[in-house]
Amino acid sequence: MEILLMIVCGLAGGLLGGMGMGGGTLLIPLLTIFLGINQKLSQGYNLLSFLIMSLIAIFIHYKNNLIDKKVVLPVVIPALIFSIFGALLANFISNSSLRLLFGIFLMILSIFQFIKVFKSK
Amino acid sequence: MNKLKFDKNLVKKLISSAIIGLTNGFFGGGGGMICVPLLENIYKIDNKKSHATTLAIIFPLSLVSSAIYITENSIDFLHLLYISLGVTIGGVIGAFLLKKLNNKVVRIIFAVVMFVAGLKMVI
Repeated sequence: MEILLMIVCGLAGGLLGGMGMGGGTLLIPLLTIFLGINQKLSQGYNLLSFLIMSLIAIFIHYKNNLIDKKVVLPVVIPALIFSIFGALLANFISNSSLRLLFGIFLMILSIFQFIKVFKSK
Repeated sequence: MNKLKFDKNLVKKLISSAIIGLTNGFFGGGGGMICVPLLENIYKIDNKKSHATTLAIIFPLSLVSSAIYITENSIDFLHLLYISLGVTIGGVIGAFLLKKLNNKVVRIIFAVVMFVAGLKMVI
């Protein structure tokens, strides 16, 4: 049953990700709320589970000339430094603190999503 | 090198890149949601290309940060397999649905679900 639940959570996350809406942000709460997986592990699973699909998608986009190659490195290089820092910091604090912060993050993100919808309407 | 000095947006670009990385590493995701607007508004890249390029940017970030998560936690790789399976299948379906569903409706539903989930995690 747990196996099915994991696949379904992945499905939900992947679905939104495939639609370009940040599926990871849904996968993490699904894993923590419905499967009781701790915050750090859930975040880890999120990062890892999207890798393979992303690679395939990147390959397809690359072949279709949809990737603007010249901006990739200028963004990745500074981002990478902070990504490492962020990951270390997240694993340093407690799961409950991380969960709380993530929850706030989600609520802020959702407000931005609402704004985005009403701006275009 | 000269081009660097004349780029008025350089500060914005650097700060945004830093935030994307920070979000990716600290929250284990969400960097894409900041990256797409960055590419569209500051780099002036069209929507479709922004999404595609974002994937290319986020990938190495996730690769590196996930390595840190692996060393700091005991990842169950079997669980990861099941989750990845779901994600990959969902992703294919999602890419398919992208053209068929009303994006705005989906976005509103998504926003509501996100808010409720966030609230649940805070309370």
